[in-house]
Amino acid sequence: MKLEARNVSVAIPHAVTGAQIVNNASLSVSTGELVGLIGPNGAGKSTLLKAMLGLRPRDAGDILLDGADFLVQPPARRARNVAFLPQERHVEWRLPARDIVMLGRYPHRDRFGGATAEDRAAVTRALDAVDGHALVERPISVLSGGERTRILLARALAVEAPLLLADEPITALDPYHQLHVMEILRDRARAGSGILAVIHDLPLAARFMDRLILMHEGQIIADGPPTTVLTPENLSRAYRIEALTRENAGETFVLPWTRRT
Amino acid sequence: MTHRIPYPLLLIGLVLLAIAFGILSMLVGPGGGPTEISAMIARGDTDLAWMIVGEVRLPRTFLALMVGATLGLAGAALQGYLRNPLADPGVVGVSSAASLGAVLALYTGVSLAFPMALPLMGIAGAVLCALLLQGLAGRGAVLTLVLAGVAISSLCAALMSLALNFSPNPYAAAEIMFWLMGSVTDRSMDHVALAAPLMMIGWAMLLLVARSLDALSLGEEAAASLGVHTGRTRALVIGGTAISVGAATAISGGIGFIGLVVPHLLRHQVGHSPSKLLLASALGGATLLMAADVLVRVLPTGMELKLGVVTALVGAPFFLWLIFRARTEFES
Repeated sequence: MKLEARNVSVAIPHAVTGAQIVNNASLSVSTGELVGLIGPNGAGKSTLLKAMLGLRPRDAGDILLDGADFLVQPPARRARNVAFLPQERHVEWRLPARDIVMLGRYPHRDRFGGATAEDRAAVTRALDAVDGHALVERPISVLSGGERTRILLARALAVEAPLLLADEPITALDPYHQLHVMEILRDRARAGSGILAVIHDLPLAARFMDRLILMHEGQIIADGPPTTVLTPENLSRAYRIEALTRENAGETFVLPWTRRT
Repeated sequence: MTHRIPYPLLLIGLVLLAIAFGILSMLVGPGGGPTEISAMIARGDTDLAWMIVGEVRLPRTFLALMVGATLGLAGAALQGYLRNPLADPGVVGVSSAASLGAVLALYTGVSLAFPMALPLMGIAGAVLCALLLQGLAGRGAVLTLVLAGVAISSLCAALMSLALNFSPNPYAAAEIMFWLMGSVTDRSMDHVALAAPLMMIGWAMLLLVARSLDALSLGEEAAASLGVHTGRTRALVIGGTAISVGAATAISGGIGFIGLVVPHLLRHQVGHSPSKLLLASALGGATLLMAADVLVRVLPTGMELKLGVVTALVGAPFFLWLIFRARTEFES
């Protein structure tokens, strides 16, 4: 399965100048790959993600799922094919973590039907994936940031959609949890999911992602394997930084080092 | 963390409690308790017994039941939809609009010529309010809806004051004031027949959004990505509240605090689930309002207290206590 944004543009609402948040951007994510969407703050990454999900209107362009118009499909069918982990980590009410994960089964359930054995099995699989069984009885509001992210990720995984779009899944997590979440995402991709994640951490992006897409001022300026995207020229142009590129145990990582002067 | 009652048991318990207060409501009040009523029947005075039980107490019991259920259900639905524990049916302006319609019926004297004009104009007010809300805030942020509701509420309150200001004589003003206090006394089965179908339509609309409310606890974007029709959910919440609370307010006047307090009372018992809270709050609201209506009849206050006065008198301090107890929860 392949989700594709083709020549998508999103203008700033009510702007007189017609300034664009996303400008003629095209990208795709397919099952089995872990793709990182990178770029400086304000480059349009979240907006593009939301436009791909139909959560905010586009001014131009098409969103295609296996070549067919994705956004005209019924919402429940869209939800079963493409799951979304928003940047927002706040959950209202003191719902137990298990109930939060079960919400991932929403697009699979009837309006009044209870949870089926299949729903419960999917929740168990999702909790397995994030190592979250110990947290299920606790209210989401008392979990730490890392635990909460894992539970919300389990909620997105419980949808068991072939594709997952994640908006900054590791932002504000400690290094242990950042590595944990990146490992979970990589494992899901190896198990056949297609994942597109907005990410700011360049060292982890370079190490874990199969492919990186670099956005700058609403446009996609590079798309390819991490080593071809994180070049000194691209980093200088998009991020205005210089970075160190090193290798450890056969893996390449890129470490932001100085601001460009 | 206190012990929780399993959900089915909780519902059964609330139903039994509602039935108990319903029976109590048929048995007590001016005109005599169970012994006097059975004495009337024993001496062949069945007409009088029927008048007291069937024509006076039955409609007010029905109305307390249905108005209480409406307020509890709508309160729970609005708190769930707006993701705000301070929301109640008043926050979207529907009760004020219904009150304004009814006050206009009293003020113009239409209700003297045609008694049913009062509830009908109240319902018309609520429906107009819902259309206005849907037009102003049918899309956009939830905050827009709350702000539009507050604005409509204030406008309606101002117009009611204007009607009081211009009321032709002190009696008319007093009549409006008393009506605004809220009561289910001296209502007939005609009132029940008018309001019941509307309230039930509203209940059905509100119950339809149950699962969407659960998904909305993740936020609007996550809910939409799970397949929730956010626009349809909003229309159902606004429409269901307007129709049910509008009909309730048009019949009974302003009865506060049930819609705010009942969801708080039961939220922990349903595991904080917005969907399970709906039915529980409907049953809890019905029970509480019937209990309050029994209370106003047995209190030796000389003049019968208005139901809305009692719910506010008991509800407000109780709500303060709830907030005091839950401080740690809000702060965490």
